[in-house]
Amino acid sequence: MTDVSNRTEARRSSARASALAISLLKFILTVLTTYLGLLAVTFFIGRVVPIDPALAIVGDRAPAHVVERVREELGLNLPLYEQFFIYIRQVLSGDFGTSVLTTNPVLTDIARVFPATMELATVGTIIGVLFGVPLGILAAVKRGSIADQIVRVIGLIGYSVPIFWLGLLALLFFYAKLNWVAYPGRVDIVYEYSFTPVTGFFLLDAAMQQQWDVLWDLFRHIILPGALLGYFSLAYISRMTRSFMLNELSQEYIVAARAKGLSETRIIWFHALRNAAVPLITVIALSYAGLLEGSVLTETIFSWPGLGLYITNSLQNADMNAVLGGTIVIGSVFIAINLLSDVLYRMLDPRTRSR
Amino acid sequence: MMNSFNKRLKLMTTSAALALILAGAPQAYAATPADTLVLAWAIDDIITLDPGEAFEISTAEVTANTYNKLVALDPADTSKVIGDLAESWTISDDGLTYTFKLKSGLKFASGNPITAADVAYSFERAVKLDKSPAFLLTQFGLTGDNVTEKAKATDDMTFVLTVDKAYAPSFVLNVLTSTVASVVDKVLVTEKAKAMTPTAEYKYDTDFGNEFLKTGYAGSGPFKIREWRANEVVVLERNDNFYGEKAKLARVIYRYMKESAGQRLALENGDIDVARNLEPGDFEAVAKKEGIATTSAPKGTLYYFSLNQKNPNLAKPEVIEAFKYLVDYDALGETLIKGIGSIHQTFLPSGQLGALEDKPYKLDVAKAKELLAKAGLADGFTVTMDVRNTQPVTGIAENVQQTLAQAGIKLEIIPGDGKQTLTKFRARQHDIYIGQWGSDYFDPNSNAETFTFNPDNSDEGKNKTLAWRNAWDPTELSAKTQAALLEKDTAKRAAIYEDLQRQVLATGPFVMIFQQTEIAGYSDKVKDYKLGPSFDTNFVYTVSKD
Repeated sequence: MTDVSNRTEARRSSARASALAISLLKFILTVLTTYLGLLAVTFFIGRVVPIDPALAIVGDRAPAHVVERVREELGLNLPLYEQFFIYIRQVLSGDFGTSVLTTNPVLTDIARVFPATMELATVGTIIGVLFGVPLGILAAVKRGSIADQIVRVIGLIGYSVPIFWLGLLALLFFYAKLNWVAYPGRVDIVYEYSFTPVTGFFLLDAAMQQQWDVLWDLFRHIILPGALLGYFSLAYISRMTRSFMLNELSQEYIVAARAKGLSETRIIWFHALRNAAVPLITVIALSYAGLLEGSVLTETIFSWPGLGLYITNSLQNADMNAVLGGTIVIGSVFIAINLLSDVLYRMLDPRTRSR
Repeated sequence: MMNSFNKRLKLMTTSAALALILAGAPQAYAATPADTLVLAWAIDDIITLDPGEAFEISTAEVTANTYNKLVALDPADTSKVIGDLAESWTISDDGLTYTFKLKSGLKFASGNPITAADVAYSFERAVKLDKSPAFLLTQFGLTGDNVTEKAKATDDMTFVLTVDKAYAPSFVLNVLTSTVASVVDKVLVTEKAKAMTPTAEYKYDTDFGNEFLKTGYAGSGPFKIREWRANEVVVLERNDNFYGEKAKLARVIYRYMKESAGQRLALENGDIDVARNLEPGDFEAVAKKEGIATTSAPKGTLYYFSLNQKNPNLAKPEVIEAFKYLVDYDALGETLIKGIGSIHQTFLPSGQLGALEDKPYKLDVAKAKELLAKAGLADGFTVTMDVRNTQPVTGIAENVQQTLAQAGIKLEIIPGDGKQTLTKFRARQHDIYIGQWGSDYFDPNSNAETFTFNPDNSDEGKNKTLAWRNAWDPTELSAKTQAALLEKDTAKRAAIYEDLQRQVLATGPFVMIFQQTEIAGYSDKVKDYKLGPSFDTNFVYTVSKD
C-alpha cells in the first residue's frame, strides 16, 4: 500500500519535473527568439536608414578618402547579412562595440546612464502608486458617482494626451512662467562638480552624504518629469485598481463579510484590496517597465541624461552600436520585469500555483 | 490596526501632495557662480577633442581656448598672422623653408616644458594619423614617410618646416593657424599612447595617443579641458601654467542646448550666462530685456543652395541664371536672417583676401521667366531640394519654394536629418541642396578650392569638392585656383580671386544667399564677452563676471 502510494508520488513528481523542464525550455526559447527579433529589427532599421555611419565618425567635413577608409574599417562595404552575423558574434562575446558619439564602450555608457533612467522611473512609479491606487479604490467604492467620473476623466487625459506635449506645457508653466522648478537636466551645474555619485542614484547618494542643498536641487529637477511619468502611471494604475476592486467587491465573500457585520472600511481595505493586490502587482510592475521604456520622450524634453536621451542622441548621430546596445538593455529589462511579476503573482496567489 | 493603516495611507498621500506643493514654492534661485561662465550652445557636432582629428565648428572653439599653435590670427586684424608659441619666423628666399623660433620658458598645463620637439611631434602625429583635417598639412607635401624630415626640431627652440612648392606665405601661415596645427605635450601623449598592430592601411605601432586625446587633454592654452560628455557638456578649467595673461574665470562650461526657445528661457531665468543659438525672433526679444546684453560678429560661413549638374534641366545655363533671379533676397534679409546674417552673393566671405561685395541679383520673376523660356522650359518643371531640419535653412527653402513657383518651377522639399541630407549630397544624388559652408582656415584658397576646383568630374573623382558634388566641371577655373596658391604678390593674388568670384557669380551652379553673423545674448554680469572674426577665435579667457 505504502509502496503503491510512493510510486504514484514518484511518478507525479517526475511528471512535475518534466513539466517544469518543458516550461523552462519554452521560456528560454521565447527569450532567445525575442532577443533575436529585437536585434534583427533594430539592426536592419539602422542600416536601412539613409544615414552614413561613417559620416558620423569622421564628422561633416572630412575629405572623401577618410570617409572611404572608415567605411571599410566599419565593414560597411560587406553584404548586410554578413554585417549582421558579425554583430551577433560580437554581442555573444559580450562586446557591444564602441559608441561613436562618446568614444566609450557602449556597456560603460549604459552603466553610467541607466541609473538616471531607473531613478526617474522609480519616482514616477511611486507617484503613480501613491495617487493611482487610492483614486482607483475611491472610484470603485463610489461607482457611478461624480468622484468616479472625475477619476475616469483624469485617467483618460493621462492616457490620451501625448507626453511630449504635456511635458512642454508643464515646463512652460512651472519653469518659464513661475520659475518654481529647475531647468531641464538632472542636477544643477553648480553642484555637478561638488558632489560625488556613489550608487548612481543621485537622490540616494545625496541623502547618504547628507548634502541637503544638493538633495533639494535634485528634487527640483526630478519633480516635474517624475510627476509627469507618475501621472501616466497613475492613469493606468487607477483604472486597473478600479476594475480589480469592482471585481472583488462583487464576490460572495464580501457579501458574507458584510453579513457578519464587518465595517465597510475594513471590508474595502482588508478583504477586497488584499485580493486585488495580487493582479495589481503585475500592473505596477508592467507600468514600471513601461516607464523605463517610455522615458525616451520624457528624457528628451527634460534633458534627463538617462538611457532614453542616450538612445535618442545616438539615433540622431547614426551611432548604431549605441542604439542597438540601448535597445537590448531595454528589452532585457522588459523581459526581466515580466518574469519577476509573473513569479510574484504565483507566490502571492495560491490559486495560480501548479498543483 | 485598520485605523492606523488607514491613517498611514492618508499620511502618505497627503505628504506626497505636500511635497508636490512644496516643490512649487517660489524662491530666489542662485544664479550661476561668479567664477564660472555657463554657455548654452549646440555642441552636438563634437566627435573628438583630439586636435589632430577634430574638424568641427564647436571643437575648433574649444581647442582654440585650450591649445596653442605656432602662430595665430590677429583677432583685431584678420589679415595679419601673429606669433603664438613662436617668437619669430623667417622664410627662405626660395619660399620652401619656414624657420620658427619659440618663445622661451613655455610650459604645458602638465608642467612639462614646451620645446620644438613637441611641435615636430604634433605635426608628425597629425600627418601619420591621417584623420579628417590632415590634408591641411599634407597639401604642403608632407607624408607619413617624410614628415619627420620635413617638419623637425633643429634644437630645443627651433622648428623647421619644409614645403614642396613656393606657396604664398600668407596661405601657409593661415593654414598653420588652424586646429590641426595645435601643439600637444609629447611626453604626456607618448605616455598615454596605445600600442597598435601595423596593418596595410595603418603602418605604425602606436596610436599617437589618439584614443586618449579623443576625450583627454595635453595642451598649454589659457584653459585646460576637464571633461567632455557627448551632447551634454564641455568643462574647461583655468590653466595656471599658461604663458600669457591668466584667465579671469576658474571654470567655463559649455552646456548642450539646441533649441533657441530653450536657450532664451534659460538665459532669462539666469540658469545660463550666454545663449549662442538664438533665432532672430528670440534674439530680438532678449535684446529688449533688462539685464541682458547682446553681441554679434560677421563670420566666414556662407549659406547657399546648389544645383546638381547631373540633372539636365539644372545644367542649362539659362536655368542656372534664372534661379539666381528667383530668390527674394530683400525679404529674407528682413525676416529669416535678420540680425543673424547679411545678404552676400559671392563665394568669398567678407573679410577674406579678395572678397567681392557684388550683389547683382534681385528677385525678378519676369526676367527669370524669360530665361526659362529661352531654355525651352516656359512651362516650368519639377525639381527636389534636400533640406536639413534646422533653421534658418528650412525657412529659406520654403521661401524659395514660393518664389520659384511664381516662375512655374515646382520645388519639392525633402526634409531630413543633417547626416541624412549630407549623405545624399556627398554622393551627388540630390537635385538641389541647401547648406552652409565655412572656410577651413582664414585664407581665400579654402573656399576657392571647394567652389571652383574639380580636376576629375567622374563619379570616382578623388577631390570631392563642392564643385564635384554638383558635377560642375569648371576646367579653366580649376587651373586658375591652383595658380593663385603660388602667387606671392598679395595684390595680384587678390585679383585672381576676384576674377574667380565673378565667373562663379555669373555661371556657377551656386546660388549664394547670405553670410552668417554670429550672435550671442548674455547676462550683463558677464564682462568682455566677444565673438571673434572666425569660428576659432571666440575666446573666453578674457571674460570676467561680476
